[in-house]
Amino acid sequence: MSTIALIAPALRRSPVRIAVWAVPIAVILAVVPWVMDSYRTIQLAYGLIFAIAGLGFNILLGYTGLLSFGHAAYFGAGAYTVAFMVKYLHVQSMELFLLGTIAATLLVTALFGYVCVRYTRIFFSILTLALSQVLWSLAFKFFWVTGGTDGLRVPTPKLLGAAFAESEDKIHFLSHAYYYYVLVVFVVAVGVMWLIVHSPFGKALQAIRDNETRARFVGIRIRRYRFVAFLLSGVFTGIAGALWVPLNGLVTPDALVWTFSGEIVFMSVLGGFRNFTGPIVGAVVYNYLKDFAVGFTVYWQTFMGVVLVVLVLTLPTGIVGTAKLLLATARRRRSQ
Amino acid sequence: MDILVIHLFNALLYTSVLFLIAGGLSLIYGVMRIVNLAHGNLFALGAFVTASAVGQWFAGSTSAALYLLIPTGAFAAAAVGAALEPTLLRPFYRRPEEYQLLVTFGILMILEDVMRFIWGPYPLTATTLFEQMGSIKVGEFIYPRYNLLVITIGALAAVFLWAFIYKTRFGVVLRATSQDMRRASALGVNVNLVYIQAFTIGCFMAGLGGAIIVPGQSAVLGMGVDALVLSFIVVVIGGLGSLDGAMVGALIVGLLREFAISTFPELELAVLYLIAAIVLLVRPAGLFGRTT
Amino acid sequence: MSYLETQKLMKYFGDTHAVDKVDFQIGEGEVVALIGSNGAGKTSLVNLISGLLTPDSGQIIFRGQDVTKQPVQDRIKAGIARSFQIVNLFDELTVVDNVALSIFAREGKTRWFFKLADHDHGVWDEAHEILRHFGLDTKADQLAGGIAQGERKLLDVAVAYALKPRLLFLDEPTSGVSTREKAPIMDVITSIVRSQKITAVVIEHDMDIIFKYSERIVVMHQGSILASGSPEEIRANESVKDAVFGPTHA
Repeated sequence: MSTIALIAPALRRSPVRIAVWAVPIAVILAVVPWVMDSYRTIQLAYGLIFAIAGLGFNILLGYTGLLSFGHAAYFGAGAYTVAFMVKYLHVQSMELFLLGTIAATLLVTALFGYVCVRYTRIFFSILTLALSQVLWSLAFKFFWVTGGTDGLRVPTPKLLGAAFAESEDKIHFLSHAYYYYVLVVFVVAVGVMWLIVHSPFGKALQAIRDNETRARFVGIRIRRYRFVAFLLSGVFTGIAGALWVPLNGLVTPDALVWTFSGEIVFMSVLGGFRNFTGPIVGAVVYNYLKDFAVGFTVYWQTFMGVVLVVLVLTLPTGIVGTAKLLLATARRRRSQ
Repeated sequence: MDILVIHLFNALLYTSVLFLIAGGLSLIYGVMRIVNLAHGNLFALGAFVTASAVGQWFAGSTSAALYLLIPTGAFAAAAVGAALEPTLLRPFYRRPEEYQLLVTFGILMILEDVMRFIWGPYPLTATTLFEQMGSIKVGEFIYPRYNLLVITIGALAAVFLWAFIYKTRFGVVLRATSQDMRRASALGVNVNLVYIQAFTIGCFMAGLGGAIIVPGQSAVLGMGVDALVLSFIVVVIGGLGSLDGAMVGALIVGLLREFAISTFPELELAVLYLIAAIVLLVRPAGLFGRTT
Repeated sequence: MSYLETQKLMKYFGDTHAVDKVDFQIGEGEVVALIGSNGAGKTSLVNLISGLLTPDSGQIIFRGQDVTKQPVQDRIKAGIARSFQIVNLFDELTVVDNVALSIFAREGKTRWFFKLADHDHGVWDEAHEILRHFGLDTKADQLAGGIAQGERKLLDVAVAYALKPRLLFLDEPTSGVSTREKAPIMDVITSIVRSQKITAVVIEHDMDIIFKYSERIVVMHQGSILASGSPEEIRANESVKDAVFGPTHA
């Protein structure tokens, strides 16, 4: 009896089970530019970028139990860092952009995180919102630096040192070379995040989420762990912002506004924030949903708000959570 | 010397409005332990409704009628609150707090868009009353009389609320339910009724804040989120769940903001939020209530 | 010198003296029962020593070191651990995860975020071993939130035990559990505590359990220690009977 108990957890978490569905998905993602048109490929690229942001966001919500309403701050910080590097340092290399973003978002996240992790629950949430609004208003006020509401343009970057040839058109570049770049970063991000949440540190975060008192009485320094989770979260989201801005071509204060933070929250809730893949699925689905809604009505925010309310009322575990539940019920019925 | 009086009046103006919003939030939390992220948008709704009533729908009426119309925003906000609580909030009382935050965030998004739908994306003004009341002289400066009216209303609201909560029977029921919901229920209190009443009063207060400010300032989309953040700063300083705390917190924030604006006018928006963050660092525990 | 002693430890809640100038001592290897009526201050005393509360005055000396100002994590490193009266577990994690977490924390491994937790076989083997001692290994993969109350109480103790403490405080380990389950639970706990030579303080209400399992009993009443002695001495002590059972007994 106990031998089964010893084997079962190892099997459940084995790389074999994961490879079964991860490999086909990776293959599908890899062939997308050859199968779908440029517009749809770029759309998917956006989806993957938001998925990276969602992964970052969810290490705080799903794993540490902290709901941030200010993640646009880190996304925007990443995007503006790239724009500043273009404008003031004349940098063109995507790799340098990513390094610069990591450095900049570490700074911003450390500053904000230091203040925010002293609080929990509603106060944490409001504080994250307040601080991201500071950044947003700074982007307006210092318009001579940030371009104000007009924003800053960001041209296509050099990927791995090779600028795209003048003959190649921009759309083709974005839907092929840039798409693959995003895909690779996405896969790396997923891998790194998977490792983090399945590490002893990840378990400690979940412990803090489940029972702060008990975690403290097992010897875990709560504030410190929350702070590190916050840093990781911000950096992931910042990287997403850095990847986003060459695709968008432009960064404006809209990348920092609270409604965008709300969208990031929405994505994770839509996919299911208690599952690792939830934010990924949620981000990709949300991206398609929003494109549809925006084309449908100018009041897409109402649509989103209604969907969020309905989701939380009826399907709180999100798409992935509900799917898992249905699968488990089906399996149980089959075995009976 | 006179300039200081002007600054004081400005600070008190801000304090009055902040007290109404934050007080409403605190009251709701104190009684029901829920946090409504859409609370700021009820303030915005109050502003828009009153701006419409005074500036558009009944624009040509006599001054007296216009004064009477000011509270329409408050009643509109209260009505929305009364509709929201039993339908969208009550299912979440037993659920983890994240879900409350998520659903009220959804309501926030919906309300923001509804206001955009009804009133369009541009600011709405209703300055007739403000201009009509004229100004008084303070030394070599002039100061709008309307602002003094707002300060008075704020002070009256505080007094009235205090009397209501501490001197009436309903207030006793309210306090009992906030301290121990189960026991109050066991003693025969209709907790659901108390909840909807408390929520409605809280929303009324927020709407009133918007209603009285709008003749002096325009109603603009996004004012709801600003109000939400600021009212939270107030309750963190003063303590969530305490009206005294909301008063003291509003006073502190009002004074700090006035000081910041007079010294760094360009950075007004950012400085406000920054002050909030700094104050929270320095004063992690509220003065009167709980922060966790 | 005693293993742990408190010197004039005080804690007020408003006007109430929850803990009133308490000089509590325990020697190495002792298993002491801490009893008293509700409100006597037992849990407050344990909360003070374990670090959940800070004292208003007084000192706590553990193995010669003053731990009064130390935060919880330092006291745990020093060797003080506790279980909780109202069970405190990581409900969304499995039973074995709960214990493994203690072990990871104890070994300082929770800082690592680039290693898979599953690959540290040493930790998981030890976790399963501990679950076996506590009779919980059949439930290893169930969520802690989903097992029976008696098992949850045992798991709460197991999580504290996994820290390899020198001094273990057990706050009412059998409360909320049916009468016939109490003795088996205490049997498991005391056999582990004795075999590992852990110094233990058990807060209990059930008199049968107390007289059967403890070598020494400390009685608290209204924030102070009323008496301390062997079960026979305490049984014969009149003032103890009055305080704990009330003056109306025959």
